[in-house]
Amino acid sequence: MRLGEHPILEFKKGKEVTIYFNGKPIKAYEGETVASALYAAGVRIFSRSFRFHRPRGFFCAIGKCSACMMEVDGIPNVRTCKVYVRDGMQIRTQTGTPDAEKDRFAALDDIIDRLFPHGAHYKRFTTPRILREFMMKQMRKFTGFGNPPKAVYEGKAEFEEIEADVAVIGGGPGGMSAAIYAARAGAKVVLMDENPFLGGQLVKQTHRFFGSGRHRAGTRGIKIATILEDELKELENVDVRKETKVFGIYDGVVAAVQKDEKLLKVKPKKIVVATGAYERTLIFENNDLPGVYGAGGVQTLMNVYGIKPGDVGLIVGSGNVGLILTYQLMQAGIKVAAIVEAMPRIGGYFVHAAKVRRLGVPIYVNHTVTKAIGKECVEAAEIARLENWQIVEGSQRVIDCDFICVAVGLSPTHELLYQAGCEMKFVPELGGLVPIRNKYGETTVNGLYVAGDVAGIEEATAAIMEGRIAGVDAAIKLGYGGDEAIKIREEVVKDLEEFRSGPFGERIVAGLKKVVVA
Amino acid sequence: MNYLVRGYLENDELPPFPSRERLEKKPVAYIECPQPIPCSPCLEACKYDAVKMDNINDPPELDYEKCNGCMSCIRVCPGLAIVIMRIKDGKGYLTLPYEFTPWLKKGDKVKLLNRKGEEVGEGKVVWALPPEKNDRTSLVRVEMDPDLLFEVRAVRKVEE
Repeated sequence: MRLGEHPILEFKKGKEVTIYFNGKPIKAYEGETVASALYAAGVRIFSRSFRFHRPRGFFCAIGKCSACMMEVDGIPNVRTCKVYVRDGMQIRTQTGTPDAEKDRFAALDDIIDRLFPHGAHYKRFTTPRILREFMMKQMRKFTGFGNPPKAVYEGKAEFEEIEADVAVIGGGPGGMSAAIYAARAGAKVVLMDENPFLGGQLVKQTHRFFGSGRHRAGTRGIKIATILEDELKELENVDVRKETKVFGIYDGVVAAVQKDEKLLKVKPKKIVVATGAYERTLIFENNDLPGVYGAGGVQTLMNVYGIKPGDVGLIVGSGNVGLILTYQLMQAGIKVAAIVEAMPRIGGYFVHAAKVRRLGVPIYVNHTVTKAIGKECVEAAEIARLENWQIVEGSQRVIDCDFICVAVGLSPTHELLYQAGCEMKFVPELGGLVPIRNKYGETTVNGLYVAGDVAGIEEATAAIMEGRIAGVDAAIKLGYGGDEAIKIREEVVKDLEEFRSGPFGERIVAGLKKVVVA
Repeated sequence: MNYLVRGYLENDELPPFPSRERLEKKPVAYIECPQPIPCSPCLEACKYDAVKMDNINDPPELDYEKCNGCMSCIRVCPGLAIVIMRIKDGKGYLTLPYEFTPWLKKGDKVKLLNRKGEEVGEGKVVWALPPEKNDRTSLVRVEMDPDLLFEVRAVRKVEE
């Protein structure tokens, strides 16, 4: 289930280690996450839903969806897609009896509604008290949110206070660019990211980017990540903190945990939030079946860890993400049965569509997926034609595939902004809840900027430009950079305007009108 | 914008073809990029001022007289939307970007695919730029019937 030869990527395997999944030894390689190692070993069921025991599996692979939570070395509710394998690691599923893969109580699915109709626990077994307490204990076993940790924390516990001019949260294209431009202007910067690597989602973008040469068009996303990292390394006034999770902004103080053992209290003068986005899902029958994945999740599995997601895929959504993913799957030697698109026309760039169409992948517009078919994982999918957004009866047909990629868009990862007190607004054109801000990205919280997808779903080139603007503006406001910095800022603002001036930018521009105040 | 319903261009949506005389003179690029998208590497790569684009969102327009067939644009086009064509001694030669393994090399036989992925003939690789020389996008030149130059847009290796 691992990929061999690949036209663009070279997969370097780390040292071989053994991890234990529900007691069973599994071979894995250092540098890969627990979830991807389990996937490579053929594990598809990561958890069970608590009422109907439905099998649930891998979905987003970047720590946003919670479908892969398990108990790791005695600690419950660990996102296994964010934890890296270590020799001898003990991993257990939290749901199902005895475990999620073989859930004995799944047999009750058909009768559970009759025995315990919705809300039954409020009415039945409430008296006497001894029976109530016994039943509560039994019922809690079904919920699967883990038991309190059995292990006592024995690692180090440290504390560090950091003073900086600018704190950047998120090390993707937007955050890295903000850090570079603030630091070049002369500000002291601290850059934090929860991953052990920088680059955010660039690390799985094997295609060449669009845009102009000045913004690295024609260069592959993976390479842009290394270029940006090299630029950061050249700057002595940037303190990069990887594996650092920011959990709150309190009165301008950024609180974070580095490598699960050090509490950071960062006191910056300005903050740039560039936390990116998470994948949306789509409502259809059995959409929780293992084998229904987020498009980005599949990219991570395939392009970051070199693991084959399946043999034949169905892609839902013909935006750039869906089209690019199709091409990437084919490059990895995986068949794509079809792309379905609910809109009457292809949503992404025509050239991306043409690339896969000429290799024989059908694109069905006015079509949607209506059902995932399979018992414990996807074995096929049912698609149907849409007319005025209604399913045309009789148009349903079955497509043979063993996984379904949902590529229907993203939503901004906005929680930190809400917590910090930014005024937010729901803007469909920008993908969801986004902060009110000025044209340099400064929100209603003084000194707090946004850049990249968290400011509105767009793409990496725009994120880089937004990051540059936010970073350099933060530095200017602190008195750094002089006229040169102002010139740079205005140039990037102009470039970004030009970038968005075409039909693909219309929606973004319309969305920005609703949130950008002078 | 019917091409966005189908995912490929029909003949009436294609840019004008360079003439047979032009194709026989020297190689020429042919760009199938009809949609306004913010992208300009071909313009920046062209040393002969043959690509016209006023705004980054304009589709490129190619001047076949200025184009020298030098392949600078095909090397950088992120949309893989450019091919280079030539007719020599009555034979057609099409140069395409190729990003799959196994890589193609000189002498390989390939199936010729049209814009819809249908097989329209067979050709032979006469030259290949190794992927490591162009950031993993190989370029392959395939010999074929000259009538197929405006139809073939992909190739698939024939397993021997």
